[in-house]
Amino acid sequence: MQVPAPFEYERATSVDHAISLLERLGGTARLIAGGHSLLPMMKLRLANFDYLIDINDLHGELGYVEAGPDEVRIGALTRHRELLESPVLAAAFPIFADAERVIADPVVRNRGTLGGSLCQADPSEDLSAVCTTLDARCVIRGPGGAERVVSMEEFHVGPYETAVADDEILVEIRLPVRPGCGSAYAKVERRAGDWAVVSAGAAVWLDGGAIVDARVGLAAVGPNTTGIPAISAALRGQEPSESLYEQAGAIAADSCDPVTDQRGSADYKRHLAAELTRRTLRRAVERARS
Amino acid sequence: MTAVHERVDTFHDNDQKPVGYGRMLRKEDPRFLRGRGRYVDDVQLPGMLHLAILRSPVAHARIVGIDTSAAEASPGVKAVVTGAMLAQQNLAWMPTLSNDVQAVLATDKVRFQGQEVAFVVAEDRYAARDALELIDVEYDVLDPVIDARRALAPDAPLIRDDLDGKTNNHCFDWETGDEAATEAVFARADVVVSQDLVYPRVHPAPMETCGAVADYDSVDGKLRLWSTTQAPHAHRTLYAIVAGLPEHKIQVISPDIGGGFGNKVPIYPGYVCAIVASIVTGKPVKWMEDRSENLISTGFARDYIMRGEIAATRDGRILGIRTNVLADHGAFNGTAAPVKYPAGFFGVFTGSYDIEAAYCKMTAVYTNKAPGGVAYACSFRITEAVYLVERIVDCLADELGMDPAELRLKNFIQPEQFPYTTKTGWVYDSGNYEPTMRLAMEMAGYDELRREQAEKRARGELMGIGIAFFTEAVGAGPRKDMDILGLGMADGCELRVHPTGKAVVRLSVQSQGQGHETTFAQIVAEEIGIPPADIEVLHGDTDNTPFGLGTYGSRSTPVSGAAAALVARKVRDKARIIASGMLEVSVADLEWEKGAFHVAGDPGRSVTIQDIALRAHGAGDLPEGIEGGLEAQICYNPSNLTYPHGAYICVVDIDPGTAQVTVRRFIAVDDCGTRINPMIIEGQVHGGLTDGVGMALMEMIAFDEDGNCLGASLMDYLIPTSLEVPDWETGFTVTPSPHHPIGAKGVGESATVGSPPAIVNAVIDALKPFGVRHADMPLTPSRVWDAMRGQARPPI
Ligand SMILES: Cc1cc2nc3c(=O)[nH]c(=O)nc-3n(C[C@H](O)[C@H](O)[C@H](O)COP(=O)(O)OP(=O)(O)OC[C@H]3O[C@@H](n4cnc5c(N)ncnc54)[C@H](O)[C@@H]3O)c2cc1C
Repeated sequence: MQVPAPFEYERATSVDHAISLLERLGGTARLIAGGHSLLPMMKLRLANFDYLIDINDLHGELGYVEAGPDEVRIGALTRHRELLESPVLAAAFPIFADAERVIADPVVRNRGTLGGSLCQADPSEDLSAVCTTLDARCVIRGPGGAERVVSMEEFHVGPYETAVADDEILVEIRLPVRPGCGSAYAKVERRAGDWAVVSAGAAVWLDGGAIVDARVGLAAVGPNTTGIPAISAALRGQEPSESLYEQAGAIAADSCDPVTDQRGSADYKRHLAAELTRRTLRRAVERARS
Repeated sequence: MTAVHERVDTFHDNDQKPVGYGRMLRKEDPRFLRGRGRYVDDVQLPGMLHLAILRSPVAHARIVGIDTSAAEASPGVKAVVTGAMLAQQNLAWMPTLSNDVQAVLATDKVRFQGQEVAFVVAEDRYAARDALELIDVEYDVLDPVIDARRALAPDAPLIRDDLDGKTNNHCFDWETGDEAATEAVFARADVVVSQDLVYPRVHPAPMETCGAVADYDSVDGKLRLWSTTQAPHAHRTLYAIVAGLPEHKIQVISPDIGGGFGNKVPIYPGYVCAIVASIVTGKPVKWMEDRSENLISTGFARDYIMRGEIAATRDGRILGIRTNVLADHGAFNGTAAPVKYPAGFFGVFTGSYDIEAAYCKMTAVYTNKAPGGVAYACSFRITEAVYLVERIVDCLADELGMDPAELRLKNFIQPEQFPYTTKTGWVYDSGNYEPTMRLAMEMAGYDELRREQAEKRARGELMGIGIAFFTEAVGAGPRKDMDILGLGMADGCELRVHPTGKAVVRLSVQSQGQGHETTFAQIVAEEIGIPPADIEVLHGDTDNTPFGLGTYGSRSTPVSGAAAALVARKVRDKARIIASGMLEVSVADLEWEKGAFHVAGDPGRSVTIQDIALRAHGAGDLPEGIEGGLEAQICYNPSNLTYPHGAYICVVDIDPGTAQVTVRRFIAVDDCGTRINPMIIEGQVHGGLTDGVGMALMEMIAFDEDGNCLGASLMDYLIPTSLEVPDWETGFTVTPSPHHPIGAKGVGESATVGSPPAIVNAVIDALKPFGVRHADMPLTPSRVWDAMRGQARPPI
C-alpha cells in the first residue's frame, strides 16, 4: 500500500463553500473531484497538500449535460461515465463517446470527472484534446461568485498548469453548437487503459459539400494538448478529399512537438499525429454527412 | 499417446467430483471468491508494529553519512536502524541463493536505485512511512554501470568493491556443449544464419507484493514468521544459518499467496529487517512493500543479450546451434537456481531438434540494477533458451525459403530416440512431437491461414502466423545434481487417514495460486479411493509439513506430486495387509479397485478404505507385526527432470497505419503427460499465455542512463489485461513421463516459455513484406513501426 503524507480533509457543501475554503487555505489546499489523478500523485508523494476539499457532494450542482440552442453545457463534476452514456453528446458530439471508450477503465470512469481532467492539464489528457477540438469555453468561478469564461488556449497555461487561480473553481464547460457538425476521436495506446501514445480529435462543419470550419486537437505530442489553427485554415472552404486529409495530416505532424519516451519515439508520434488526423477527419466528415 | 482437442464449457458440480483425476472445481476457490483468503497483510497481532524501508534514490553512490535523529523523534517511531547498526551485529550482509552476498541495509555504497538503506519501525504504517522523509542521507554519487555491454570495459566503475580482490564487474563465465565439434559442423554447413536477440528485463509483478510479519517471542525464543515465500522450508533453514537462530525455534508460515512467478523465491532484505525489528523491539513487526518497491527492488527476470547461430543443410536439416550470451545479473547475483546451474537450465537451448553439435558460451556481469535473475515463470532460464532456438529456427526457415512448420517437423527428435541425450547433456525422458505439432496445425487450420495471409498480403494487409515448439525441463531435481545452498531438491510428503476414513495430506510445496489443494487431493484420491472432498491438503507451514524445497520451476507436480502418489501407495500397501486380516485371506488374494479391496474372484467379499481406516484405529486385532494407524511419510528424490512439450501457433494482425499488433488467435497444444485436473491445467496455460502477450508486446523494466528505473509503477510497467488477449484455443496430447510414478510432467510455466516466441514469430512473419527478419521484444507499436521502416533497434 502506497501511503500519502498527512493531510486534512473537508467536504464542501456548495460551490461557494468550496471557494471560501480555498480563499482561506490558499495554495496549501486542493480540490478533489474523482481523485484519479490527484490521489496517485499523492500516494507517490509527488504532490503533498495540507488540505483536501472534497467536491463530490456537489454533483447535484455541477453534474449535468444540457443542450441549449447555441451550446451544450457540461458541469465540471460530470463523470466520464456520464459523458460516455449521454444521449445529448451522442447526438451532438460523438467525439465524446469515441474518447471515453478509450479513457482508462470502467473503475476510473465511474469517478473521474471532466473538470478534473481539464484541471489536471496533463499533456496526455484525452478530454482536453476533445474540448480543444470542439473549441470549448471554460467557466471559472471565484470569490464573491465572480465568473469568467476562457478559451481552451487560455485555460491551459502549461503542463499541469491552468488559468484557474488558487481560490477559483472550474464550474462548467460550454461547447458551441453549429450546424453540419461531425466529430471523431482516435487514440493509439500500448494497452487498453493506458495513456495515449498519441491521440487526435477532429471536428468538421459542412455546408453543402464544403467545409465551413474544421478543428483538430492532439494529445501527448507536446507540453499541452494542441489545437492546430493551420489545419483549420487549410481546410476551410475546401471539399473533403483524401488529399486534403493528407495535407492536414502533414500539417499536424509539422505542428507538434513530441518527445521520445517509453510510449514511443518522437518520430513515431509525429507519424501518428498525421495518421490519426487523417483517420479522425475522414470519420468526422462521414458523420457530418450522415 | 492420445491426441485430443476439446472445449469444455461446463464443469462438474460438487456432487459429481471425480474420485481421482478429472475436471473438478477448485477446492480453494470458495474462500478466494468470497474474500476469505488469508494473506500475509491480513495477519494482525496484538501490539504489532510496522516497518518501512528507506531506499536509495540513485543507482550508485557512496554513503557519506546518515542522520536519523529527526526520524527517531517523529511521533510513533520506535526504532530507526541503519546498515552501520546491523554491521555491529554482523547482519548487514546476507548470502544470496547463488553463493553471492547482498546487503540487507547498505553500509558502504548503494548499488542500485531502490536498494535498502535504513528502516523505521513505528506504531502504524503511516508513521513509519512519514518518518522515512526525515532520515537525512548524504550520498557521494558515482557513475553507474547500466549497459551490460559496457560492464567489462576497462574504465567501467567498479560496483562490487565489497568483494575481496575484485577489480572488475565480472560475475561468472559458463559454457556448455562442444565448441570444436560445433565449429566443425558450422564449417561444413550449406547455410549458417546468425541473429542478435535481446530478451529484456521483465518483472513478475505478482498482484500481492512481498512482505512479512515477524513475531519473536523472547521468553521461549521462538520466531514465527509469516512471509510471502514460495519456499518456506528452504527459507527456514537459511534463516537458521544466517541469523544463527536454532532451526526448531523458527516457524515459517506462507499463508495464501497472491501470485509468485518466482518473485517470492529469494529471501529479501525486508524479511530480515522485519525479523531484526521484532527481536530488537520485542513486538511483532509487519513489513509490506508497496507496488513501486516491488517493481524496483525485487527479483527481476531475463536480461539476456544473445547471439544465436544455426547451421543447416540446404534442404533444411539442422546441424548445429551455437550461442553467445551476455547476462546482466544486476548489483548482486541473487539468481534463484540450483547452485551448479548458474545459467539455470539454459542448456536446453537445442530445443526439440535432433542436431549434431551445440555450444554456448556465457558471460555474466554486475550492473547497477536490482538483483535477481531467475524469476517470472521461466523454468530456470528455459524461457530464454526456447526463445533463442525458436527465433533462430524461424530465421533459418526464412533464409531457406521453407515453411517454418515444415522445417520444425523435419528436425524433431523422433519418438524412438527417447530417452534422448542432447548435445548439451540433458536427458529428455520422453516425447512424441509430431502429433502435437500436427494437432496444433489442424486446430489452427494452418494451410487455410496461409492462404488467407497470401490474399491479405496481396491487398497490403498485414497478417502473421507464428509457430513455437518447445520442450521444457521441469521438476528440479535429482538431489545428486541439484541443490540450493546445499539443500537437495527432494520433497517430503505425509499422509494420514483418520479413523472415519477422511484424510490429511501434508505437502512440502506451497501454492501461490496453482490449485494445490485440489490437485494433490485428486492425486491421493486416485491412489486410495478417498474422495477429494474428504482429503484436506495442508501446506505452507514449516511446523506442520515435512521438509522440501518449495514451488517454482514447475516442480510441484513432478516432485511433490510423485511424493503424494507414493505416500498414498504406501498407505494402500498397509491397508492391503489390514484388509487381508479383515477378510481372512492372504494379501496375494486381494484385488484393489479404487476405494476397496475384494477377494479375487469374489467381488462380494470386500472392505472399503474407510472400513480399513476404522479397523486400523480400532480396538480389534491387526495382522501380525502391523502397528495401528493408517499413515505414512516419504521423501521423493526424482531420478530425472520431466520434459513436457507443446506446439503453439499465433495469428496476429498489424494495423499498417499505426503499427499496432492484435493477437487474433492463439492455439496452444500442451503435452504435460498425465493430466490430473484438466481445468487447472488450462488455467495455468491461460495465465502463462497472457504473460507471454505481456512480454512479447509490452513488458520491460527499462532504465535511463543514470540508472533510474522507468518501470516503477503499473502505469509505467504495463502488464496485459483481458482486452489484449484472444479467446485461447487449447488442446493436448498425452505422453506420460516414464519415470514419474503417475506419468505427470509439470505445466505451470509451459505457456510462459512457449508463447513469446510464437507471438514474436507471428509479428515478424506479418512484417515480411518489409523485409524484416527480426525485431526485439517488447513489440510496442513504436518499435514495430521502426521495424517496418528497416530501423528495428534493440530495446537496450
Ligand atoms: C489507471 C488510470 C488510467 C487513466 N487513463 C487515462 C486516459 O487514458 N486518458 C485520460 O485522459 N485520463 C486518464 N486517466 C485520468 C482520469 O481521466 C482522471 O479521472 C482525470 O484525469 C482527473 O479527473 P478527476 O476527477 O479524477 O480529478 P482529480 O484527481 O480529483 O483532480 C485532478 C486535479 O484537478 C483539480 N480539480 C478537479 N476538479 C476541479 C474543479 N472543478 N475546479 C478546479 N480544479 C479541479 C484537482 O484539484 C486536481 O489538482 C487515468 C487515470 C487512472 C487512475
